[in-house]
Amino acid sequence: MTMDPHAPRPSLLAGLTGRAAAIAAVVVIAASGLPLVLSNYQVGLATEVLIFGILAMSIDILAGFAGRTSLGHGAIFGVATYVVVYCTAQAGLPPVASFALGVLAATAVAAVFALLAVRTSGVYFLLLTLALGMIVWGVCLRWTQVTGGENGMRGDVRPVLLLGHHAFYWAVLAGAAIVSFAMWRFVRSPFGLTLRGIRDSESRMRSLGYNVPLHLFIGFTVSGFFAGVAGALYAMFNNFVSPSTVALAQSVEGVLMMIAGGVGTLFGAFVGAAAIIALENVVSAYTERWQMVLGVTFVLIMIFAPEGITGKLRNMLSRKVR
Amino acid sequence: MSLFQLLNGLTFAALLFVVASGFTLIFGLLRIVNLAHGALYLFGGYIGFTVATKTGSFVLGGIGAMAAIAAIGFVLDQGLLRFVRGNELRQVLLTLGVAFFLNDLALVIWGGDSFTVPIPQLLRGGTKVFGTFYPVYRLFVLGMGIFVFAALWLLLNRTRLGALIRAGVDDAEMVEASGVNIQRVFLFTFLFGSALAGLGGLMGGAFLSLYPSADAEILTFSLAVVIIGGRGSLVGVAVGSLLVGLLNTLGQVMFPELAYFVIFGPMAVLLAFRPLGLFGRAT
Repeated sequence: MTMDPHAPRPSLLAGLTGRAAAIAAVVVIAASGLPLVLSNYQVGLATEVLIFGILAMSIDILAGFAGRTSLGHGAIFGVATYVVVYCTAQAGLPPVASFALGVLAATAVAAVFALLAVRTSGVYFLLLTLALGMIVWGVCLRWTQVTGGENGMRGDVRPVLLLGHHAFYWAVLAGAAIVSFAMWRFVRSPFGLTLRGIRDSESRMRSLGYNVPLHLFIGFTVSGFFAGVAGALYAMFNNFVSPSTVALAQSVEGVLMMIAGGVGTLFGAFVGAAAIIALENVVSAYTERWQMVLGVTFVLIMIFAPEGITGKLRNMLSRKVR
Repeated sequence: MSLFQLLNGLTFAALLFVVASGFTLIFGLLRIVNLAHGALYLFGGYIGFTVATKTGSFVLGGIGAMAAIAAIGFVLDQGLLRFVRGNELRQVLLTLGVAFFLNDLALVIWGGDSFTVPIPQLLRGGTKVFGTFYPVYRLFVLGMGIFVFAALWLLLNRTRLGALIRAGVDDAEMVEASGVNIQRVFLFTFLFGSALAGLGGLMGGAFLSLYPSADAEILTFSLAVVIIGGRGSLVGVAVGSLLVGLLNTLGQVMFPELAYFVIFGPMAVLLAFRPLGLFGRAT
C-alpha cells in the first residue's frame, strides 16, 4: 500500500463527525442507564445482546467489507469460551489471564482457518468455513478428558469485582463500546478500504499490485480476534461451556443476527442481535420449538428482507418520502 | 485394516455415494448448495421406517421415502428457492433455515428416540466373504451403491435427458438458447437428487439407525465428499465417497477421539490447494 509520505497522518478519530460522535455518546449513555429501569433478568438479556452483537459485528467485517460470509465464527467464538472456562476452572488461572489466553487461542484458530480459507470465495468459502467449524465441534465433543465431552464444563469465571448483574453489564457495555470503535476504525482504515476493493473486484485489486490473500488473511484473523473477545465475554456471562457453544447453530445465529441487522452496516449487528434474542425469548415463553422458529425466520429474511431489518426500514422510509 | 473393516468402509462409502450423488447433481446443475440435503436424508429415513413398519414391505418403504422426499423437494424448489434464484449466498442460507426447520419438525413427529428400519427377511443374517462372516444387508447396500452409480452413469451418458443435464452443468444459458426448456430439466434434477437423499435415508436407516443429529452428520460427510470430488462430477463423487468412507473407518479404528480430523484434515488441505476439488472444473 503506497501512501503519500507528505500527507498528514490521519488522526485516530478521522471521519468521526460531530454528529456521529454525538449519536454514539447518546446511545452509550442510554444503554448504560438501562439497568436502572430493567429487571435483573432483562439486564442479563441486554448483556447477551451486547456479547452476540460483538460476534455478529466480527462476522460483518468479513461479510460486509470483504464479501465473504463465514459459517465458522461460532466455532472461533466457542474456542475462546472453552479456553477461558478451562483455564479458570481446571488450570486455576486468574480471570484476566484466562481471558487473554482465550482471545489469543481464538485468534490462533482464526489464523489457521484463514490460511485455508483465503484461497476460496463465494459458496466454497462458506462450505470450507462450515466444515472447519464442524471439526472444532467434533473435537470439543469427542476429546472428553479436556473438554468434558457432551456434559461440558462449569466454572466460576467472573472476576469478583463483576459478580453483580449490573456491574457485569456495565463492564460488557464498556468492552462493547471499545471493540465497536476499534472495528469501525478498522473498516474505515486504508486497510479496510482495500478489503472493500477486494469485495468489489478481486482481479482488479490483484492487478493493482495488492496481495489479495495476505489482506484476506489479516482481515479474517482480525475478525476472529473480535469473535474471540465475544466468546471470552460469553464465558464470563454463562460460567459454563458445552459443545452447543461451538456448534453450527451458533455460527448460524451469528450470521442471522448480522444479516438481520444489515450486511455492511457494522452497528446494525446490535439491532440484529437484539431482534433475534428478543424473538428467542418471546417464542420460548410459548413453545419449545425455538429451532423451528429460527429456521422459518431465516427463510423469511432471505426471501423478504435480505438487506436486513435496518435496510428494509430505510428502504420503506425512503419510498414513503418519495 | 482387516477385511471386515475394509468392507465396513466400502459399504459406508456406497451409502455416502447414494446421498452425495443427489447433492452434487443439484450443486452441479442448479448451482444450489442444498444444506437441507441432510434433513431430507433423515426425513426419508423416518418416512421409509414408518411405511416399512406399517406395510411390512421394505420395497414400499423405499418407494414411499423417495416419493415423499421428492415431494418435499418440489415444495422447497418451487415454493421457496424460486424467490432467491441466481443469488448463491441467499440460496445456501435459505436451505440452512429449511434444514433447521425440518430437523425440529422430525423431532416433533418422531421424537428423540433412535429407530432402525426393519431389514427384509431375505437380507437378514450373514454370509461368508473370503472367509470372513459379514452381514448380508451391508453387502446389499454396497450392491445398491454400485447399481445407483451404473444407473446414473447410463442416465447421464446414454440418454437425451442426461445430455441436457451435462450441457446444463457446462452452460445452462446456451442450452436454453437452443430451445430447450432448461427450467424443466432443473426441476427434474432437483426432484431426482432429493429422491436419492430419501433412498439413502432408508438404506442408512437400516444399519446406521435414525436419530435427531443424523442429518448433520450425513450432511458433513456429503459436503466432504463433494468438496473432495468436485462439483457436479459423477466420478468425483464416487472417488470422494470411497476416500471418505475408507478414511472414516480407518480413523474410527485408529484414533476414535479425533476421527473427524482424519477426514477433514485432508479435505481442508485439498480445498486449499485445489479449490474446485479433484474432478471439479471452473465455469
